[in-house]
Amino acid sequence: MDEESARGAAVARAPAAAVSLRATTVAFRLADGATYTAVEDASLAVADGEFVAIVGPTGCGKSTLLNVAAGLLAPCAGGVAIFGEPLPGLNRAAGYLFQAEALFPWKTAIENVAIGLEIDGAPPAKARARAAEWLTRVGLAGFGERYPHMLSGGQRKRVGLAQVLIRDPKILLMDEPFGPLDAQTRQIMGNLLLDLWSADRKAVLFVTHDLEEAIALSDRVVIMSAGPAARIIGDWKVDIGRPRDIAEVKLERAFRELHRDIWQKLKDEVLKGYAQTGGG
Amino acid sequence: MSRARLLFLQALVAVVAIAIWHIGTSVPLFGVKLLPPFFFSTPYDVAARVVKWFVEGSIWKHLWITLIEAMLAFVIGSLGGVTIGFWFARKPLVAAVFDPYVKMINALPRVVLAPIFALWLGLGIWSKVALGVTLVFFIVFFNVYQGIKEVSPTILSNARMLGMNERQLMRHVYWPSALSWMFSSLHTSVGFAVVGAVVGEYLGSAAGLGYVIQQAEGVFDVAGVFAGMFVLAAFVIVIDTLVTAVEKRLLVWRPLAAETRT
Repeated sequence: MDEESARGAAVARAPAAAVSLRATTVAFRLADGATYTAVEDASLAVADGEFVAIVGPTGCGKSTLLNVAAGLLAPCAGGVAIFGEPLPGLNRAAGYLFQAEALFPWKTAIENVAIGLEIDGAPPAKARARAAEWLTRVGLAGFGERYPHMLSGGQRKRVGLAQVLIRDPKILLMDEPFGPLDAQTRQIMGNLLLDLWSADRKAVLFVTHDLEEAIALSDRVVIMSAGPAARIIGDWKVDIGRPRDIAEVKLERAFRELHRDIWQKLKDEVLKGYAQTGGG
Repeated sequence: MSRARLLFLQALVAVVAIAIWHIGTSVPLFGVKLLPPFFFSTPYDVAARVVKWFVEGSIWKHLWITLIEAMLAFVIGSLGGVTIGFWFARKPLVAAVFDPYVKMINALPRVVLAPIFALWLGLGIWSKVALGVTLVFFIVFFNVYQGIKEVSPTILSNARMLGMNERQLMRHVYWPSALSWMFSSLHTSVGFAVVGAVVGEYLGSAAGLGYVIQQAEGVFDVAGVFAGMFVLAAFVIVIDTLVTAVEKRLLVWRPLAAETRT
């Protein structure tokens, strides 16, 4: 057996990445007929059980990349593979936590969580019992009968987390899920997320504009350039042990050094991004 | 402001209005009454007429007829509006094709249809129901259509990522959203159902509040006209109170305007 085919066999035997984007380009047609290239030639692989954060300046197409991985958006070029299989439509293996309000406002918290199981035909009583368990796990025991508008922003995010996780997706896609929350609530939610994740390691793709949050949470930090035609311009491994506490990990030397390294690269892109969006 | 104070002020408005009416119709100023009783009747005559109607019991039949007509118009108009609203919202081609006709019919003052309905359906309740239906239908239709079109794209994406198929989307997303829009227009559509019934009766019928008012007007019985108007106003307030109660029950998931959404 020659060296070439041996390597081929090794690749075939290696476990396929949970999410793999190959040379993905996404463009939109604008109202005036022009095309806007949001993301260009982005390649990214997330191994099973790996927590990857994508960081980039405002409007760089981070969410676009996430929507491609979710199957909500088809790339113009390149391909998406989920556990080695090309993605035909919606990504059924993934749960998606949105940045904007995504709960059903006409359902109570417990109904919002239970719906994830009822969709697959679970008996309502059983779905409700499981939903109550999940609400307890995200710290919302006793809030089940409240409607979303009666909950705080952080509580709604907890319900959203339970709604996604009750379906036990193999991949978790998160689009700045804690963006609208205040700093303290973000820390608490970050720790909650790490707790839940460490209990059952899923592949996570976490989009954020907050570099500190990205390093504190993830195994790998991927940096994108400012749009249009944003590219992936950096990929750092986060060598900080787990379990971590979001607040405490920021005091560690390894964290600070990594933050300095990444920020040097990211800073230019952030300034470029500001220049293009007029500081907004 | 306390509830008692508010009630007092509200009552005060009625007292002042009736006092002006009473003085205008009974106290001559330089030998001329500002509000001649022939055209304005008097508070006493109108009150006496209302009491007489209820004591004799003659008004109940008319109230009942108007109520039946309004309810039928509301139910039929709503069912039609929901069905067509859903159909149009889910089939953009159908909506695009029918759009100019829907606008055309909606722009038509519905009163002009009353003679046609009287011709087709006779002078019984059904010509009034038909008139009410043409009013209620469009309100419900536009609201249901809007309710389905305006579902938040994030909620829709979330529903799809959670694995909902087309039927489940209908049941868990589109339907509740459409209903919430429809319920928020409940006051208007119920009001229009009553308007349709009364206007229809006024233009040709043998019973109902509109008929009562029209009959009194025909013999220059101004007290009868005013008494009919007061009974109608009270009738509408009672219905509106019921609608408010139903609305509170059905839209429990919606934030009140006063509550902030943060």
